[in-house]
Amino acid sequence: MNATASTSRRILPGFGLSLGFTLTYLGLIVLLPLSAAFLKTAGLTWDEFWTTITAPRVLASYRLSFGASLAAGALNAFFGLLVAWVLVRYPFPGRKLVNALVDLPFALPTAVAGIALTAVYAENGWLGGLLRPLGVKVAFNELGVLVALTFIGLPFVVRTLQPVLEELEPELEEAAATLGASRWQTLRRVIFPELLPPLLTGFALAFARALGEYGSVVFISGNMPMRTEITPLLIITKLEQYDYRGATALAVVMLVASFALLLLINTLQKWSDWRTRS
Amino acid sequence: MLRTLAVFAAAVLVEGAAAKSVELRNVSYDPTRVFYLEFNAAFAAHWKAKTGDDVVVKQSHGGSGKQARAVIDGLAADVVTLALAGDIDALHEHAQLLPADWQKRLPQNASPYTSTIVLLVRKGNPKAIKDWDDLIKPGVAVITPNPKTSGGARWNYLAAWEYARRKTGSDSGARTFVAALFKNVPVLDSGARGATTTFVQRGIGDVFISWENEAFLALKEFGADKFEIVVPSLSILAEPPVAVVDKVAKKKGTTAVAQAYLEYLYTDAGQDIAGRNYYRPRSPQAAAKYAAQFPQINLFTIDEAFGGWAKVHKTHFADGGVFDQIYSR
Repeated sequence: MNATASTSRRILPGFGLSLGFTLTYLGLIVLLPLSAAFLKTAGLTWDEFWTTITAPRVLASYRLSFGASLAAGALNAFFGLLVAWVLVRYPFPGRKLVNALVDLPFALPTAVAGIALTAVYAENGWLGGLLRPLGVKVAFNELGVLVALTFIGLPFVVRTLQPVLEELEPELEEAAATLGASRWQTLRRVIFPELLPPLLTGFALAFARALGEYGSVVFISGNMPMRTEITPLLIITKLEQYDYRGATALAVVMLVASFALLLLINTLQKWSDWRTRS
Repeated sequence: MLRTLAVFAAAVLVEGAAAKSVELRNVSYDPTRVFYLEFNAAFAAHWKAKTGDDVVVKQSHGGSGKQARAVIDGLAADVVTLALAGDIDALHEHAQLLPADWQKRLPQNASPYTSTIVLLVRKGNPKAIKDWDDLIKPGVAVITPNPKTSGGARWNYLAAWEYARRKTGSDSGARTFVAALFKNVPVLDSGARGATTTFVQRGIGDVFISWENEAFLALKEFGADKFEIVVPSLSILAEPPVAVVDKVAKKKGTTAVAQAYLEYLYTDAGQDIAGRNYYRPRSPQAAAKYAAQFPQINLFTIDEAFGGWAKVHKTHFADGGVFDQIYSR
């Protein structure tokens, strides 16, 4: 009786029902398949699990997967901010078209993206041919992985920043200017604090997307053991040998690691949000 | 509208009484696409003439291992026609979909057609590739997919291994040779299709180790003015096997048709279609007819040289096996 009284005091009705729906939905769509991964892994003994997830080839793949995903997220955070800024602040002919272009990496099947990028960056491709005399090898190299991951992550940063930028009135900057702030001060003290939380969200999304990417990377990386194998490829390799448990063991490691990283980024975002408000 | 529906329903009923319509699903690997397209039409005509029933064969293609996994995970395949026996063994081992002795149920190791591994080089053979030895020379770039993810690439690896073992007389010699060969591999694609793209479209590599039928297809598709086939002195007899998936066929009531479908591969008509699609036919007549197309190669089998797929997999391709060791140093 007491409990219903406390819920009915909420201003918005329907909390119990909608929370029930939310939990059921998340449970069915997200948690059920994930727990299946954990259950499959449970068939391994602790020793087997540990040997599987710390084999030298696997360790090398973590370094590439997490390293390249973080780097791609950072690159996108910087250039995505630039793109979003230009799209929101400056009217120019063809802006709608450029705006639509940003979404293409969302829509393109990733295998197509991989094949297209490889065609461009291979030694006989347009860009690859130009870069070769400079001694820069992109396709079939670590750099290729970074290029593919940056490509697929760009829309996440731009699309999270755009609405915030649109809300940010130019009057704020004008006010700062009339109060005697320099351009640099305005950027650092007025604009950037507002943008930091969505920037972190965009970064987190781009990073998470890059971590799980498989389709585009396998075409451009060359898949050389110890050098350019990403962890999702090793998972597929294990499946190819009917080693379901080994594959899910790697999946569990990726899940736990990315969950921890995302939690960290979310906390950072909360903290920066709180700092801006206070 | 109602009347048309009624007429339609009646037509279907009449049709149904006169002839049954059967659907078969053949789960196969990548390069057989064109071959089975032609074969399915021939079999449908044959079955119609024999029994009056219509057969529609649905095809599914992909990497051999991936296809086997799909069947294990529940893809309802009446028959499987895969790249290597190991993948059909997996259907028994992981899901008991067919008995362990499936390979004894049809003639010639249940492989109605064979192929082998050859070397595809660029026109004019600029690096003068003649045999396996030339693949370990410095400055020669070799394209082959990763044998851990690609069934086809396992044949490539084993052909090179056996060549070197016979030449050096020892397994350690073979190991050194194969390690040197993979040092010359700049890109390890995950499947045969990807590797073909790397070699043909990207223009990477001097030699492409390929199934013979794929090499012929590449010549046909991209022009004989771009590539040449080099036949090595020794190669492996690749036997892509076929099998009825007992559990699925029994459940769908298609065992008889499925069996007839596979047996039809061994008939003159089936063998002829195989030959036309660059697979080496088993029957002497068809083999004679296509003799000009297929060069004579000294061939060995997996069972002779390595004692079967199970053993090969454990020694070479399992985690920590010889292939992993080559790369971990």
